Amino acid sequence: MSESENADLETFRVETRAWLEANCPPEMRKPATSDADVFWGGRNTKFASEPQRIWFERMRDKGWTVPDWPKEYGGGGLSAAEHKVLRAEMAKIGARPPLSSFGIWMLGPALLKYGNEAQKKEHLPKIAAGLIRWCQGYSEPNAGSDLASLQTRAESDGDDFVITGSKIWTSYANYADWIFCLVRTDSAAKKHDGISFILFDMTSKGVTTKPILLISGYSPFCETFFDGVRVPKSHVVGTVNRGWDVAKYLLQHERAMISGMGERGVGRPLGQIAADSVGSDAQGKLDDAMLRGKIASFDVDEAALAACAERAVDLAKAGQAHPAFSSAMKYYGTELNKRRYEILMSAGGVDALEWESERSRQGARPRAWLRTKANSIEGGTTEVMLGIVAKRILDLPGA
Amino acid sequence: MALVLTEEQSMLRDSARGLISDKAPVSHLRGLRDAKDPTGFSKEFWHSFAEMGFAGLLVPEEFGGSGLGFMEAGVVMEEIGRTLMPSPFLATSVVAASALNRGGNAAQKSEYLPKISNGSLLATLAIDEGAKHRPLQTSLQAVRAGNGFKLSGAKALVVDGHVADLFIVAARTAGSAGERDGLTLFLVNPTAKGVAIERTIMVDAHNAARIELANVEVNADSVLGEVDQGAALLDGVLDIGRGAVASEMVGLSEEVFNRTVEYLKNRKQFGKLIGEFQALQHRAAELYVDIEITRAAVMKALQALDADVAKAASSVAVAKARAGTTATRAVQEGVQMHGGMGMTDQFDIGFFMKRARVCEELFGDANYHTEQLARARGY
Repeated sequence: MSESENADLETFRVETRAWLEANCPPEMRKPATSDADVFWGGRNTKFASEPQRIWFERMRDKGWTVPDWPKEYGGGGLSAAEHKVLRAEMAKIGARPPLSSFGIWMLGPALLKYGNEAQKKEHLPKIAAGLIRWCQGYSEPNAGSDLASLQTRAESDGDDFVITGSKIWTSYANYADWIFCLVRTDSAAKKHDGISFILFDMTSKGVTTKPILLISGYSPFCETFFDGVRVPKSHVVGTVNRGWDVAKYLLQHERAMISGMGERGVGRPLGQIAADSVGSDAQGKLDDAMLRGKIASFDVDEAALAACAERAVDLAKAGQAHPAFSSAMKYYGTELNKRRYEILMSAGGVDALEWESERSRQGARPRAWLRTKANSIEGGTTEVMLGIVAKRILDLPGA
Repeated sequence: MALVLTEEQSMLRDSARGLISDKAPVSHLRGLRDAKDPTGFSKEFWHSFAEMGFAGLLVPEEFGGSGLGFMEAGVVMEEIGRTLMPSPFLATSVVAASALNRGGNAAQKSEYLPKISNGSLLATLAIDEGAKHRPLQTSLQAVRAGNGFKLSGAKALVVDGHVADLFIVAARTAGSAGERDGLTLFLVNPTAKGVAIERTIMVDAHNAARIELANVEVNADSVLGEVDQGAALLDGVLDIGRGAVASEMVGLSEEVFNRTVEYLKNRKQFGKLIGEFQALQHRAAELYVDIEITRAAVMKALQALDADVAKAASSVAVAKARAGTTATRAVQEGVQMHGGMGMTDQFDIGFFMKRARVCEELFGDANYHTEQLARARGY
């Protein structure tokens, strides 16, 4: 990087720091405490609080809900280096993301790469502005880890496809406005070759959703049914029957997102949280040597993973990243998050077992603990991720 | 700053790799071990290393060095780790050079640093006393005597101790074992009266010695840094050494891993390449991820050291702890997946296992550094 580029970046850092300081409400400088506290956008959305609204609107107006997307699509137009600075400055004050969205994390990158101009103009600005909330129609009852065996049919009928079938584990399908969906457009082709990636409105005739009650007591996922849903062929992203390329590309982003889901480096150290319930000895050491050791090992691994996540971004920027590396991060990040919650449950003891009391914020901790068990299943299981690493990165035979 | 090597650092890596893999593959270490070589490394090779500017890599240019940073030292250490090359680079060029450069006065620097740069002086830090690395437990006594001090006590795992021209000895001038105050670093001539050196042949066939000091007289000019206030200097120097050893362990881990994956692709059993078995594939994949994460943590630590040695402690603790657990896992999987071949002396894998065990103890093992992180985080 040249000196003048360095100087520009330093100016950007100073200005960004000042802007965040002036514009991020204090309430938005700590992690969300529940799902209701997260702003997801969409047609039917309501703000949970005034600070949440203010923070979202200010960031939206700068294009910083999607800082690195081009300005013409509602983004901030930041370079990779500027984006890194913005993230670092936000992290420094604990500023939470103003908008959470599968449109941002998953569909947007896929549209930027595979969408035509009309599709980009139609969908990306609405994602950036939080106007449309998206869900992902990938898994089916008989197509989980073996996703490419999916059976939802899209039959050609003039200018439309007519879609029939069902999806499962559709996150927040009951709240979503639109879906990006994998459908089979050629049932005679080999399983990876007859799939298309298509977008449609969840209010279309023939779409129904049914929430699934999980072990956490929550229903973040749905079964989603399509009964002769009519969708214009122009809604296919990329080439018909080449949807698997789009699907794989999007999965890399999904895996990167899930691997980053843990609350890395946010708030108080885990060891101090544990001390609240477990207690400490006269020297200030956690009063449970085995637990203390587990927490310290966790902290080492968490800090190392954070460095690796930073390096993965830098490698991508330098054009040295392996395309399958997000599978490696997904595997490790989700397993680590599960460890975190096992530690939190152990540290919380009896207090972490209450399910409905005010005191426990309606069992926030045990429900979150149970939720993390899905981390290593959704978006590709740990076993599938390890298989991808073995095959695509290590080039092991017959994997 | 990005966590990827710059173009200059990549070039340094390539030239170090070229030189080391050509002149000092694992067979070089094997040869020295089998011949019971009295020096324990190749002096000839060390001189060509010095000629290429590696010996003085961390030494400022005014003292004849290259004036490069810890990231660059890590790059070289990683290449050393790949072939397990025995070399004074760690003890002399990284640890002792840093101690002299950070703690030395003008006279000390101009006396020793140019000789380190040109490869003519070997120096080493003498720190450990007990079985485990516990710097604050230092109890080797230095009592004032006339214009100087008299040193008495024993040190273990003094790297290159039997060939060094200069010892940097951590001693206690005040307080008692466990206290931060009262530590002082001394420059001691190994030929001084009262110094006894025992070369200890180690499991990894790398150099180490036990030294005993019995009323060894040193003058006041031999103090490195300030009397009683050596802890901060020592912390920084040890962290630099830890970053370097962690880099060696990354190189070692990756080399073992590459050899093991290669074996999985060639060894047939039950009519299949054993690399086709999912049980082995997943273990290999997990190890790959472990190494990548550790590599990033080590780079992060080296970067932190380059930015400010005094603020790098937590990053270094993470790096050395991770490097220890990862290298331990890598060599164990390496031996296990090579089956019976991995147990033979004829096969190189065992050398990596032995060196990993020594690196794990050098400057604190994973338990030690994990404990340091817990304390830093207040629980």
